[in-house]
This record gives sequence, structure tokens and C-alpha cells, in this order.
Amino acid sequence: MEPVPRNLKILSGITIAMFVIALYMVFIYAPREAVMGDVQRVFYFHVAAGWVGALAFLVTAIAGGVYLAKRNPKWDRVAVASVEIGVVFTFINIVSGAIWARPIWNTWWTWDPRLVTATIMLLLYLAYLMLRQGIDDPDRRARFGSIYGIVAFVSVPITFLSIRIFRTIHPVVIGSGDPSAEGAFDMTPPMLQAFMFSLLTFTFIYATLLWYRMRLGRLSEQVEKRKMEMMSI
Amino acid sequence: MAEGVGAVGRVGRGSALGGYLRAIGAIVWKDIAAELRSRELLGSMLVFALLVILIFNFALELDLRVRQTVTSGVLWVTFAFAGTLGLNRSMAIEKDRGCLDGLLLAPVDRSALYFGKVLSNLLFMIIVEAIILPLYSLLYNVNLFQPGLIVVILLGSIGYVVVGTLLSAMAVQARTRDILLPILLFPVVLPVLVAAVRATTGILQGLPLEDFQAWLNLLIAYDAIFLGVAIVTFDYVVEE
Amino acid sequence: MIKVRGLVKAFGVKPVLRGLDFQVDEGEFVAVVGPNGAGKTTLLRILASLTRPTMGEVSLAGLQLPGQSGAARKILGVVSHQPLLYGDLTADQNLRFFGRLYGVAELEDRIPEVLEIVRLSPRRYDLVREYSRGMQQRLAIGRGILHRPELLLFDEPHTGLDPDSADMLDDLLIKVTGEGRTVVMTSHDLIRAGELASRVDILSGGKIARSVKRGEIDPGELNALYYQVTRG
Repeated sequence: MEPVPRNLKILSGITIAMFVIALYMVFIYAPREAVMGDVQRVFYFHVAAGWVGALAFLVTAIAGGVYLAKRNPKWDRVAVASVEIGVVFTFINIVSGAIWARPIWNTWWTWDPRLVTATIMLLLYLAYLMLRQGIDDPDRRARFGSIYGIVAFVSVPITFLSIRIFRTIHPVVIGSGDPSAEGAFDMTPPMLQAFMFSLLTFTFIYATLLWYRMRLGRLSEQVEKRKMEMMSI
Repeated sequence: MAEGVGAVGRVGRGSALGGYLRAIGAIVWKDIAAELRSRELLGSMLVFALLVILIFNFALELDLRVRQTVTSGVLWVTFAFAGTLGLNRSMAIEKDRGCLDGLLLAPVDRSALYFGKVLSNLLFMIIVEAIILPLYSLLYNVNLFQPGLIVVILLGSIGYVVVGTLLSAMAVQARTRDILLPILLFPVVLPVLVAAVRATTGILQGLPLEDFQAWLNLLIAYDAIFLGVAIVTFDYVVEE
Repeated sequence: MIKVRGLVKAFGVKPVLRGLDFQVDEGEFVAVVGPNGAGKTTLLRILASLTRPTMGEVSLAGLQLPGQSGAARKILGVVSHQPLLYGDLTADQNLRFFGRLYGVAELEDRIPEVLEIVRLSPRRYDLVREYSRGMQQRLAIGRGILHRPELLLFDEPHTGLDPDSADMLDDLLIKVTGEGRTVVMTSHDLIRAGELASRVDILSGGKIARSVKRGEIDPGELNALYYQVTRG
């Protein structure tokens, strides 16, 4: 078994440390928000998770494009790894959004454009994974995954825009009338620091997970190869 | 031409563009001819569309007042579902008898195959819409004969079919083919449905153009963007 | 006409063709034989530009695949073991469609001509889904030669043919090579391959293991040689 590369171990260590610090900053360092109270702290991780979800999607789309151009299987592994991580973080984004919304607006779901877009993004991710699951030929699987990754990614901004226009013309009663509000509040400097640091931490978490997942993908492919070789002896 | 197979030969001369357009035309013609014979595509799409409208009738209690606001939604949901049937079937015909290879062997750019399929898919969808609209008008006493409506239906259908054809070419090759297409298609095509429904409502309620201009612009932008994406990526779908 | 060097084709991690070399000169008739799963169909699909090689060089009449596959397809005629025909259309409509798609000149004359060659003229306006398997295969052959290709690729064309149709196919193959066209045919049928082809290549272990020209060995010995090569 190939040992975990040293750099990855270092990265993991850094990431864990950052996460601990982030926890401290979010729960202790950042002040309690005046209007919403402690539940507002969800916001830091909520946005960070959303950011990672979008980043993961972008990476998948780009990796898909590069795969189609270069045909190196490594890029397909990047795409799949990124999607899996993206699904998890988008889900965290949506759930934390609900947790945040409930005490403030007394509802689990607001038809906020960002929330709806995140949900659709989740559906796109899941569709991506289902597409891959239904194809046996690894070559074709990678190709189709790449194409759908690109198509899906292109659709997200347009979807966001369409829901945004929808909301401005048809304001929903629940939640504030302004579609860009989503519980706006002013951020004091410590809050801003906590926010930025959370973003950074989550990005590091993403990178670490991506690396691990890719490694997993490569190793499992090697296992497949060995199996093939054994069978043809 | 007395000799058997014929002299070692050239394919027909003519400009490359002529050949390209002729290939597109051939595909559309072929789909129409096959459909005239079997009527399976249009038949199933129409029956399904009628069933959906019927179900909506009981599910939504379309009384006079509600009807005004809900009509465009019902129509577009119907079109979206029926459209999926058509897209699936259209590609399945090519794939099942290996006919896709026959198409791929043609000495013509692969995008011609894409455009041919898009046009015939679009044609069938429009035929279904053209039948459903008057029918709905009759059943619910709603006047759907507004000129602007045709533009919206066209723009919406184009967006739907452009993406749908590309995705059905992929879905048809998967094991889970039938259920996969809607799962792949609907999240991507959501902006089209949203925009089409809102624009349709705007027209049916006689609102001035500025009120729903944004939606038309969105439709046009969507159609253009995804046409571009599809043209670039279709090659990768069919190459092996 | 055909030059293949170091052709490798792998599906994921599974290699099918492992550095195959293959060459066919103009006017030659080469039969490729080998056990199931040896890669005969894969080789043919690569030559037909339907599948991309994983590695290696493939060129047809000087045109590189896959880069120049568009131009290569103009001179290619392919008959696979699936008929590639539309059941809901008549034979006439099928040929008309492919004729238009391939840009065949003087289509109105060419269609009856081709139907005559494959002896399907009386069934010209019948639906293909009413054809027997043998007739469908004959029509498929008609489609393959419709645009007068210089290079013909046949993938186990005798499969499922009744003896009558099989003989007709043999006549056609002989006529076609007589006119200077190049033919590559994969086959299960060693005897037929030996009789028709000017050369028989045995595909085994992902490469052409042995190449036998007509006259090199007795037809009776071909069988023994085949087993020796594929078992060894």
C-alpha cells in the first residue's frame, strides 16, 4: 500500500489546525449579533460551504474541459472527486440555511434565489453522479461526465438570474421583500475576520479532501488493473 | 451504367455547405417519413400530454379565476413532460438498431447530425404544441390565440430541444436510459421553463411588453448560449 | 491503402489491441480471423473511424485517423453485422436517405442499380421491418456500396445469411475486388475466408499473430494453423 505522501500529511495537519481556529473564531471570537443572536453564527459556515460548493462545481467543469482536450484520466478523477465533495458541501449549505432561517423567519425554507440555486446545483450534481453510474465503459463515462459537468455549470448562473428576476417581480411574502437581503446585517471587523477565515478554512478543507479523494480514485484504478492482469494469466 | 458496382468513385460534388444542409434535410425528412409510417412518437406524446392536462384538471380545480394564473404553468409542464418522451424515443430509434453508426459514417461534419436531430425534435414538439393549445382553449374556455404566444412557445421549445437533444444523445447510451433523461434535463432547462411560463402569463394577461421583456431576453440568451455549448460538445458525445 | 502501426486500444484498463501492425495494399482482399473477443470488430471499428485508437498510427489512403476521418469516410463503405437500417422505412426510402446523407451523385439511377446488385429489386417498396434477416443484410450491403467507396469494411457479413444470400455476397465480393477496390473482412468462417481472400490474417493476443497469403499453404492446413496460433 502506497503511504500517504508527506505533503498531504502536512496539508491535513494545517487544515485541522485551521478548523480548530475557525471554530474558536466563529463561536468565541466573533461577537454575538445584536438582532439575530447566536444562531447567526451558522452564517459563517453556511456561506463558506456554499462557496466550496460553487468552487467544486467550477473545478469539475474545468477539469471536464481539460479532460476532453487532453484525455488524461487524471482530470476525470479530479472532476469526480470535486463533484462528490461539492454534493456534501452544497447539502451543508442548504441545511445550514434552513437552520438559520427557522428562528429568524419562522420557516424552514425561504425562496431566496441563492438557496434555490443551491438546491438546483445539488440536483445537477446528483444527476451527474447518476449519469456516470449508468455507464459501464470508463472512457465514455469520463467523456459524458465532462460534457454534463460543463453544461450543468453553464446553466447555474442563468438559473440564478432567472430566479432573481422572478423574485424581483414576484416578491414572496415570507422573508424580506428584497431578494438580496437574506438576513442582511452589518459586520463588525471581528465578524469580518471570522467570516474570511471560515472561507479560507473551508477552501483548505476542500483541497485536502480533493487530494485524498483523487488518491483514492487512482489507487482503486490500480486495483482494477491488477485484477485485469491476474485474470488474463 | 452497365458495370456492376460502378467505377471506383467519387461522392456527389457540390459545395461543402450544400452537403451539410443536405445532410440536415435528409435527417429531418427521414424522421418525418418514419413517423408518418409508425406514428409512435406523435401518438405517445399527444396521449401523454392529454393525460397530464386531465390530471391537472382534477388536481388543481381549475375554476375560472385560478385558470387565468395557472394556465401557462400547466401548459409548459405538459410540454416539458411530453417533450421528454419525444426526445427519448427519437434517440432510442437511432441507437437500438445501430443506426447511429450509419449516421456517424456519413462524410459530413458531426454537427450536421446534431442539427438534423434538433430540427426534427423541434418539429415534433411544435406539432404537439399546436394540437394541445387549441384543445386546451376548448376545454377551459381560455383564449390562447394570441400572436405573441407563438414567439414564446418557439423560443421556449428551441431552448428545450437544443439541450434535450444533446443530453438525450448521452442518456440513450446509459443503462438507466429512460429515467435518466428527465433527471439530467430538468435542472438544466429550468430557466427556460421559468421564463417561458412568465412570458406566457404576461401575454395571456395582456400586459405591455416591457413587463415581460426580461423573460424574452432570457430565453433568447439561453437559446444562444446553449446552442453554442451543444455545437462544441456534440462531437465528444458521439466519438468513441 | 491501409497502414496501421502499433495500434493499441484499451477500454479503461482492459487492453484489447496491443500494438497491432496491419497493412493492406490497394486491391487486396484481406480476411481477418480470430477467436471471439480477439478484437476483430474493434479493429474494424477503428478503421471505420467509429472508434478512436488509444495509441498508434492509423491511416487510410494517406489520410490520418482520427484527425482526417471526415475525408476518410468519403471513401469508406462499412457493413457491420447489425443492419443499420430503419425498419419503418421502405428499402427505397432507406437508400434514398443514406444516399442524400452521403451525397451520392445521380441517386435516382443509383438506387435501382444497387437493388439490382443485391437482388432486392422486387421488394423495393416494402418496409424493411418485413424483411427477413438475410434480406436486411443484403440491403445493408447495398447501403454500404451505395456511394461507390474505394475501401470496403465488412464485419462478419455472412452471419445469419441463408446459403443463397451468402453465395450472392461472395459473388459481390469477388466482383468488387475485380474492380480494384480494397476489402477487409472479418470472419468466423475459415473456409470461406481462405477461398475468397488474397490474404488471411489471424488476430490473436491483441496482434496479428500470423499472416497467410493465398497459395502459401493448403486450404486444409489453414484450420490446423489457426488452432495452433490461437491456442499457443
